[in-house]
Amino acid sequence: MQEFLQYFFSGITNGAIYAVIAIGFSMLYNSTELINFAHGEFVMLGSMCMITFVGAMHLPLVPAIALSIACVTAAGLIFERLAIRTVKNPEHIVLIIITVGASIFLRGVGMIIWGKDAFSIPPFSSHPPLDIGGARLLAQSLWIIVIFLLIAVGLQVFYKKTLTGKAMEANAISKRAAWIVGIPSRLMVTLAFGLSAAMGGVAGVIIAPVTMCSYDMGTMIGLKGFCAAMLGGLGSLWGALIGGFLLGILEAFGVGFVSSGLKDATAFLLLLFILYVRPGGIISAVDVKRF
Amino acid sequence: MRLMTRTRIVYALFAAVIAVSGWAINSPYYLQILTFIGINTLLALGLNMLMGYAGQISLGHGAFYGIGAYGTAILTVHWHLSPWLALPVTIFAVILVAFIVGIPTLKLSGYYLGMGTLGFGMIVNILFREWSSVTGGASGFVGIPSLELGPISFASAKNYFYLVWGFVILSFIVCHRIIHSRVGRALRAIHDGEKAAAAVGVDTSRLKLQVFVLSAVFSALAGFLYAHMVFFISPESFSFIASIRIVTMVVIGGMASVWGSLLGASVLTLLPEWLHAFSEFEMVVYGLILMLIMIFLPKGLTRGLLDMYERAGKKNDR
Repeated sequence: MQEFLQYFFSGITNGAIYAVIAIGFSMLYNSTELINFAHGEFVMLGSMCMITFVGAMHLPLVPAIALSIACVTAAGLIFERLAIRTVKNPEHIVLIIITVGASIFLRGVGMIIWGKDAFSIPPFSSHPPLDIGGARLLAQSLWIIVIFLLIAVGLQVFYKKTLTGKAMEANAISKRAAWIVGIPSRLMVTLAFGLSAAMGGVAGVIIAPVTMCSYDMGTMIGLKGFCAAMLGGLGSLWGALIGGFLLGILEAFGVGFVSSGLKDATAFLLLLFILYVRPGGIISAVDVKRF
Repeated sequence: MRLMTRTRIVYALFAAVIAVSGWAINSPYYLQILTFIGINTLLALGLNMLMGYAGQISLGHGAFYGIGAYGTAILTVHWHLSPWLALPVTIFAVILVAFIVGIPTLKLSGYYLGMGTLGFGMIVNILFREWSSVTGGASGFVGIPSLELGPISFASAKNYFYLVWGFVILSFIVCHRIIHSRVGRALRAIHDGEKAAAAVGVDTSRLKLQVFVLSAVFSALAGFLYAHMVFFISPESFSFIASIRIVTMVVIGGMASVWGSLLGASVLTLLPEWLHAFSEFEMVVYGLILMLIMIFLPKGLTRGLLDMYERAGKKNDR
């Protein structure tokens, strides 16, 4: 039981992180039908900014977090303006290669700024770990889960209650129809890009204390976040949440009860399984064509 | 169908260029680079048949490349087979794997197909890394023997260069004949509209599977040649990044063009070599070049340069 709880805690911590990354993917896919392979690099940027602001410059926590997320959002917006919007003939494969190019570029930038070493920062608060049923729940895990809940509720309110959020959702459903009723659809795409990058930044910020951060951490975590998004159903907010937690928990149990070699494989085995069984994901937001 | 005379001349010229370069170049470094271009061309050519002609994306071809390399490594080192016996066994294994993976995966389309192949590629790569009793794990596989054929040893850079490019020319001819046949036209029909192709009697799922297996075989052949060239393989060479690199070669060179594969493979093999001069900035410049080519020449270098040439020609006519 104790072991089970311990794995469960580590599962929901990772799950929250995957969910935040998956939300970023889904949000962007919804409004642009673009899969951003540089998303993992935004997570890396978020972590590395925290390393600089907290580890090197000793800023207080709140401004450091705000600054880190702002930096990543800015990077996302610049990327959209310079590399995505300039494409004349936006075919999927061309856009994929551009985002792959961007991910290599950002990894290179990360290596130049922060070098090849791995860093970590102290947890957000120095509370001792909670003891629940003999299992330890780290304070940072609580932080991660709380921040995740804030984001989930915040996004739900944003999409359902605010005019901008509703406009974004309308734009995601049909750009043309949204444009006809006066929604500035290009602005909405930019906004989605910014928000998606910000989600990557948030994920990077909250994992900085629990993992060793280096310039090349983005690829794997980005791909796993992507698996989570597919698992739940690409383009759906709730799908991203469910997919993230499912992946986190199954991964933790896989490592705990089967083999540590399974850690990275879990995500991709789940991905293949869902693609073969129910390609639209657990929550099918879109009807996937199957021949 | 017979090859047309003009194409024959082009291939003869191509073979002559290879023969002359092999004869004229003596620096082992340059020969090695050219051999790598040959191996990468095989990879790009295989994927181009799948992506460029049939329009099916794969983000997991690094896996087939890896199975080709690890297959021959395991068979020759652990089982003491001759490499020339290991090659057909490995290729048979790859055909089997591609078949099993292809049946469910090729039912998907677009991004979902990309993701299915990505997942497959990652799982195979994790297998290479974790199954250390067989594959040597993350530290890699050492002691792969060099190739020999009777009295000819392929340990020398020059002989290996000829061997690899011989395979490249053969594959070019095979691809050329497929493209200019009924099958090739059917493939392009699938690319343009799968339902329309099915409506006019193309067995789309069977054909997609066949071309998927064909491209896997090309990748495995490249893996075989790679393993016996460098004698040491590690999982990183066949990772997600490697799969993406093959896709990039196809797209940068130009989709649905056999010569585009050659160009794309050359550019992506030479680029890192040139960029060594940038040392720390290597990755930044590499990413930037990739983005710039795609932004300004979204149809790839072959088509993009031809367009530029044609536009310049039109201006002169006026």
